[in-house]
Amino acid sequence: MSIMAYNGGACIVMTGKNCVAIASDLRFGIQQQTISNNFPKVYRINDKCFVGISGLVTDAQTLHQKIVFKHNLYKLREERDMSPQVVTNLIANMLYEKRFGPYFTEPLICGLEGPENKPFISGMDLIGALVSTDDFLVVGTMTPAMYGVCETLYRKDMNEDELFETISQCMLASLERDALSGWGAVVNIITPTQVITKKLLGRQD
Amino acid sequence: MELDFDCVDRNGLLDNMTNDLQNLDRIHFDLPPSANPSNFLNEVFDHPNAPKALEFAHGTTTLAFVYKGGVVVTVDSKSTQGPYVASRTVKKVIEITPTLLGTMAGGAADCSFWERELGRRCRLYELRNKELISVAAASKILANIVYSYKGYGLSMGTMITGWDKNSDVPSLYYVDNDGTRLKGERFSVGSGSTYAYGVLDTGYNFNLSDEEAYELGRRAVYHATHRDAFSGGFINVYHVKKNGWEKISTDDCFKLYQKYYNQAPINQPNNNNNI
Repeated sequence: MSIMAYNGGACIVMTGKNCVAIASDLRFGIQQQTISNNFPKVYRINDKCFVGISGLVTDAQTLHQKIVFKHNLYKLREERDMSPQVVTNLIANMLYEKRFGPYFTEPLICGLEGPENKPFISGMDLIGALVSTDDFLVVGTMTPAMYGVCETLYRKDMNEDELFETISQCMLASLERDALSGWGAVVNIITPTQVITKKLLGRQD
Repeated sequence: MELDFDCVDRNGLLDNMTNDLQNLDRIHFDLPPSANPSNFLNEVFDHPNAPKALEFAHGTTTLAFVYKGGVVVTVDSKSTQGPYVASRTVKKVIEITPTLLGTMAGGAADCSFWERELGRRCRLYELRNKELISVAAASKILANIVYSYKGYGLSMGTMITGWDKNSDVPSLYYVDNDGTRLKGERFSVGSGSTYAYGVLDTGYNFNLSDEEAYELGRRAVYHATHRDAFSGGFINVYHVKKNGWEKISTDDCFKLYQKYYNQAPINQPNNNNNI
């Protein structure tokens, strides 16, 4: 079994009109054994930037701690939060630093960019090759199923309620086809004024 | 009009056809051109360009136990290929004859084919001897078949159960692909079996009532589906009684979760009487 599928997991980011959403499943497992069903893979960097990290959980946690550390130093020096674009470049560089012994993680970054709060999403592979789109990105152990359902349900310029409904349905539907992810999900909707976090009840098998 | 049959005989095609005709009335399998077919298949499927081996139903939880009312057989119904969930509604209890049940773990094709074949042989036994076959004899037929294919890469872990007419007792046998055949009163087979044993062994008692026995089987498999990523879907419960088996229930694991933990479905009020 691939090291990227050792713990299992799924993560989706999506853009809407003046909002972005990030969702992850809640399973933490070791190969086929489920250890915990309350383990979100989404990390808050600041109120306008969230990072979802799938792959090997030990590396995801280390990476997250290093991101937080660098974000704290940035805040002390610059007296402002990092924008999602800056976080993206930071993580890409951190991952490429480990080009010959990588962190086995695939991060997704989402947030609202600049003073006009432009929706922003990006993702990368385990050594920091960037992808940025204006609709959605998926990572996890069952990306074919996730892509299929996202391509089908995604529409442009959804408001925050529609975006919540879409990303939730995408998450729950694709988890049905993945043995290594699921056991519930968590969704975060980021708007200029607030962050809404909701847990979804999912199958427990 | 005259037909030209010469073309048929070219490349020994006619030989192949007569060969096929001769084999019509018995089971035979084409074998790979190798002294060790199991190794041969492994090597072929290990090749980087090889197609993916379609081994369904690899993750499984099946369980059966004997108690005073007969045998309870409980199985999950998830079928996976790697992390991909191929189906949540597989039938893993194989109804061999109206009095015999078998379970499926390992290769789905191997289990369903050979237990169907076992059903055929049991029926022939019944016609020849004018009496039902004993569970011991039926399980031994299966064990002998898989033993004769030892090393050919069959993959099956199965339980054969029924009610013996002569001795008037329920019996349960475990048979697997290396030819093991064990008589016992509690078995669980598959990737989720260890979890199921945990619940089964704590709750087991020979004098369980029927309802208690069904619920014990259901709970044992339910908890296995929760912990084991490759088990899940629906839980089927069968009861082997004196006069044949009966299907007791089929429950969605998610519905059972909501029942056991009183979780409301999304957008519906909490309700103690779910399902």
